Amino acid sequence: MTSLSKLNRREFLSGLGTSALVLGLALRTGRTMADATAGGLQEVRGGDATPALFIALEEDGTIRITCHRSEMGQQVWTSMAQIIAEELEADWSQVAIVQAPGDARYGDQNTDGSRSVRWNFHRLRVAGAAMRTMLERAAAARWGVAPGECRAAQSVVTGPGMYSATYAELAQDAAAQPLPTEAELRLKPREQWRLIGKEVPSLTVPDIVQGQGTFGIDVQLPDMLVAVVAHPPQVMASVAKLDDKAALAVPGVVRTVRLPALDGPVLFKPLGGVAVVATDTWSAIRGRAALKIEWEAGPNAGYDSQQFAETMLETARQPGTVRLRRGDVDAAMGASATRIEADYYVPHLSQTPMEPPMATARWDGDKVECWVCVQAPQRTRSVIAQACGIPEENVTVNVTWLGGGFGRKSKPDFAVEAALVAREVGRPVKLTWTREDDLQHGYYHSVSAQHLEGALDAEGKCTGILHRTVFPPIGSTFVDGLATPSWEELRQGVTDNPFHVPNLQVETGDAPAHVRIGWLRSVANIYHAFAVQSFAAELAHAAGRDQKDYLLELIGPPRQLDPRNDGAQYDNYGESLEEYPIDTGRLANVVREAAALAGWGRELPAGHGLGIAVHRSFVSYVATVIEVAVDAEGRLRIPGVWSAIDAGTVVNTRHVTAQVEGGTLYALSNALYGEITAKDGAVEQANFPQFRLMRMKEAPRDMAVTIVASDAPPGGVGEPPSPPAAPALANAIFAATGLRIRRLPIFGSGSDDRLPLDATREGESA
Amino acid sequence: MSIKLKVNGKQHEVEVSEDTPLLWVLRDHLGLTGTKFGCGVAQCGACTVHIDGKPRRACVTPVAGVGAQAEITTIEGVQGEVANAVREAWVEIDVPQCGYCQSGQIMSAVALLEQNPNPDDDAIDAGMSGNLCRCATYMRIRSAIKSAAKAGS
Repeated sequence: MTSLSKLNRREFLSGLGTSALVLGLALRTGRTMADATAGGLQEVRGGDATPALFIALEEDGTIRITCHRSEMGQQVWTSMAQIIAEELEADWSQVAIVQAPGDARYGDQNTDGSRSVRWNFHRLRVAGAAMRTMLERAAAARWGVAPGECRAAQSVVTGPGMYSATYAELAQDAAAQPLPTEAELRLKPREQWRLIGKEVPSLTVPDIVQGQGTFGIDVQLPDMLVAVVAHPPQVMASVAKLDDKAALAVPGVVRTVRLPALDGPVLFKPLGGVAVVATDTWSAIRGRAALKIEWEAGPNAGYDSQQFAETMLETARQPGTVRLRRGDVDAAMGASATRIEADYYVPHLSQTPMEPPMATARWDGDKVECWVCVQAPQRTRSVIAQACGIPEENVTVNVTWLGGGFGRKSKPDFAVEAALVAREVGRPVKLTWTREDDLQHGYYHSVSAQHLEGALDAEGKCTGILHRTVFPPIGSTFVDGLATPSWEELRQGVTDNPFHVPNLQVETGDAPAHVRIGWLRSVANIYHAFAVQSFAAELAHAAGRDQKDYLLELIGPPRQLDPRNDGAQYDNYGESLEEYPIDTGRLANVVREAAALAGWGRELPAGHGLGIAVHRSFVSYVATVIEVAVDAEGRLRIPGVWSAIDAGTVVNTRHVTAQVEGGTLYALSNALYGEITAKDGAVEQANFPQFRLMRMKEAPRDMAVTIVASDAPPGGVGEPPSPPAAPALANAIFAATGLRIRRLPIFGSGSDDRLPLDATREGESA
Repeated sequence: MSIKLKVNGKQHEVEVSEDTPLLWVLRDHLGLTGTKFGCGVAQCGACTVHIDGKPRRACVTPVAGVGAQAEITTIEGVQGEVANAVREAWVEIDVPQCGYCQSGQIMSAVALLEQNPNPDDDAIDAGMSGNLCRCATYMRIRSAIKSAAKAGS
C-alpha cells in the first residue's frame, strides 16, 4: 500500500503482508502456509472460514483480527473480534483490529439487514477454533506429545509438565500445520464462553474519546484536493446552462467538473451536476455557492409530496391486489358485531448519519484506490468499476469508520462521484457532502399509506383483519417505473402478521417513486409496525380491553407461523423457518417482559399514559412500553421507555442494550419530528432547522432494557428495536389523552410541539 | 490573508480567506480532524471547541475573528481533571456508538462540568441540547456526565 500521510495504520493495514505477520497471510499475496486455500474451511456455514482471512499472529504477541463488516457504531469490530477470540482462546488485551477492504473472498460485506453476527457467528467461531487447533498441534509436535495433551488458553498453549509456549512463539510452526477440517474442530460449549454473551468494552471508544480514528471525512492524502457537488434539484434533472466564472474566481477553487447526467434506473449512479474542486473544503463550498446553473427539471418536477400523500391514501382505501388470504375476511366483516377501520400515513425520512457521505479517490494509471465510509464495499467497488469502465480488480475500496450509516451508506453513489472527479482532475480528491446534500439528495425511506379494517365479535374477540399497504417500493431504484410493493417489503410486518385471527387478508396498491427510495434502519417494518401495532391498540379500545392483555390475546397461543400457507411468498430475512421460526411464544414473551419492566398496570399520575407495541423483524423480537406525560396545553414529555429484546444468542450484552436504546430513540426521533417533503420535485428540508432530530432535552428520563436469555441462534440487533417505538408512543398518547395519532410525524419541524387536544374527542385522530 | 491562532497551546499561522470558519482551518489546514463537520450552521454541535474555555461552534466562527491570543482547545488538546473524568466516564460505560458527534459531546460536557460541577438532569439537558447524536446515545451521555461529576466531587 502506498503512503498515507494521515491514515491510521492500524485501521488500514489491510491487504498487506508485513514482516511482522508470521501467521495469517493477507489477501492477494498468493502465499501458502495458513492461507492454504486448498483447505477444507472455505465452505463452512456462512462462508469461508480460512483462519488467515481473519486472524494474524504477530511476533510481538498482537493478535490482529480482520473485521470484514463496516463499523458504524453497532460495535461490529468488538463483536466480530469477540467471536473469533473466544474460540481462539486469545488474550483479549492482545487483540487489535484491522478493517478489511472490499473483497469477494470475505463473502458478504453488506453491513445492513442486521446480519453481521447472524451470518458470521458460526463461521468466525470455526476460524478461531481452527487457528487454536493448529497452535495446539504445533505445540504437540514441538514437544513430542499428543495434541490432546495440549491446551490453549489466554494466548498460551500448555502441555504436560512444564511445557508452555505463547502463540507468538508457536506461530511459525502453526503456520506449517495443515488446515484442520471442520469435523476435527471442537467448538467451545456455551457454558465455557468467557467473551461471547459478556459485557466486553468497545474496541473503538478509547480512540473516539481522544478525537482519534479515521472517519470518511478525516482522510488526508498528499496533494489532495477537496470537491463538493452542486446536485440537480430533482432526480433526473440535468444541467442546461453552466456559468462557473464566479466560482472559479473564488480563491482556492481549482476547477469545475461536469458529472454525467443521470439516466434511469437510478441504481447507485451519481445524480449528475457540477463538482467544484478546490484546495480546501471552505473554498469548495464558497465556489459552489458562486455557481450559476440553469437546470433542466426533468420528469420528476411535478412531484408534490403533500398531494401524493392524499393520492396514496385514496389508493389505500380502494380494493387492491390480494397478496395473502387466510379464511374469508369479507365474511368476517359482514358477520362482525363491531367493525373498525383506520388509515395510517408515514412520510419520507432521511437516514441522516451525523457524518454525511464522504469519499476520497486517488488514481494511479487505470487503477483507483478509494477510502470511503460505506456499508457495502464490494458494491462500491463494482459500481466504481462500471462507472469508470475499468475492471473491478483495478478498484481498491478501503473502508473507513462510518460516522453513522442507517442505510444511507449502503448506496455508494458518492464514492462514484469521487472516483470520476479525481480521474478528471488527475489528483487525489476528497469529495464532501454537506448536510444540505445529505438531506436534499438522498435515497429516502419510502412514504407509505395503509388502510386497516378489523372485525370484532360480540365478545370483542377479533375475527378478521384486512391490511392494505401502499408505498413506492425500493425496487423503483433498480427498475424504472416499478410501483408494486415487493414480497421482501411485505414480509416486514404485513405477510408475517402474528395475530391469531381466522380471517386475514393482505392487499397492496401501486405507488410510483419520484425521488430515490432506499433502505433506512428497519426499512418497511417502520410503517408496517406503526400501523399494525397502533391498530392492535385500536382494536383493544373498541373491545374495551387493556392494550397489553388484548395484544397478548391477538398474538394467541405459542405456535410457529408460515405465511406461505396463506399464499404469500416469504423469505424470512434469508433464514430457514426451521431454524428461525416466526414463534408467537417468543413474541408474547417479550410483551410480558417489557410490561413487567415498565410496571404495566401501575397507577399513573394525571396526564400520563402507557403504550405498548411488539414486533418481530430481522428474526428478533422486541417489545417496547412508553410512558408519556401530556399537560393541559398538549406539551408532551417521555418519562420512561422500557424494552425487552429476544435476539437469540447475543455476543455483547452491553452493546445490544446500547442498540436497543439508540434504535428506539432513533425511531422516536423520526416519529416525533422526521419528515422529508418535496415540492416541484425538490426536497424542501435543507438542514437541521428543517429536518429535526431528537435532542437531549427531548430524550426520555428513564430507559431500561431486558435481554431475554436464549440459546436460540443469533438474530438481528441493530434494526429490530426501532419498529415498536412509534406505535408504542402513539398508543401511550392515546392512553393519556384520547388522541389517536395515525399520521407521522407527531410534531414535525416547524411545530409548536403541542398535541391538538382541543380537537380531541375520544378516538379522534390527528 | 495570513491569520495567527493558538490551538492547544501551540501558535499557528495559516493562509486562508478571512471568512473561513475555524472548523475548516482546524481540519484542513492544521490536520486536527477530531473536530467534526455535521451541519455547518451551528445546529448539531459536532464541531464544538473551547475558545478561552467557553464552548463554541467552530463551523460558524470565522477564523479571522478569533484573535491570535485566544486559547483554542480541541478534543485532541483538552486536558485537566474534568476532561480526564469525562473521558473515563465515557469509556467506562461505552457512551459512543459511531463516535462521530462525540468529540463535540465531550467538549460540551467538559464545559458544562467546568461551569457546574454537579449538574442535575435539567442542567445537563440545558447544557447538552446543542449537541445532536443520531445514534441517540443521550441516555449514556447523561449518565456519564453524572458519573464524571461524582468523580470530581
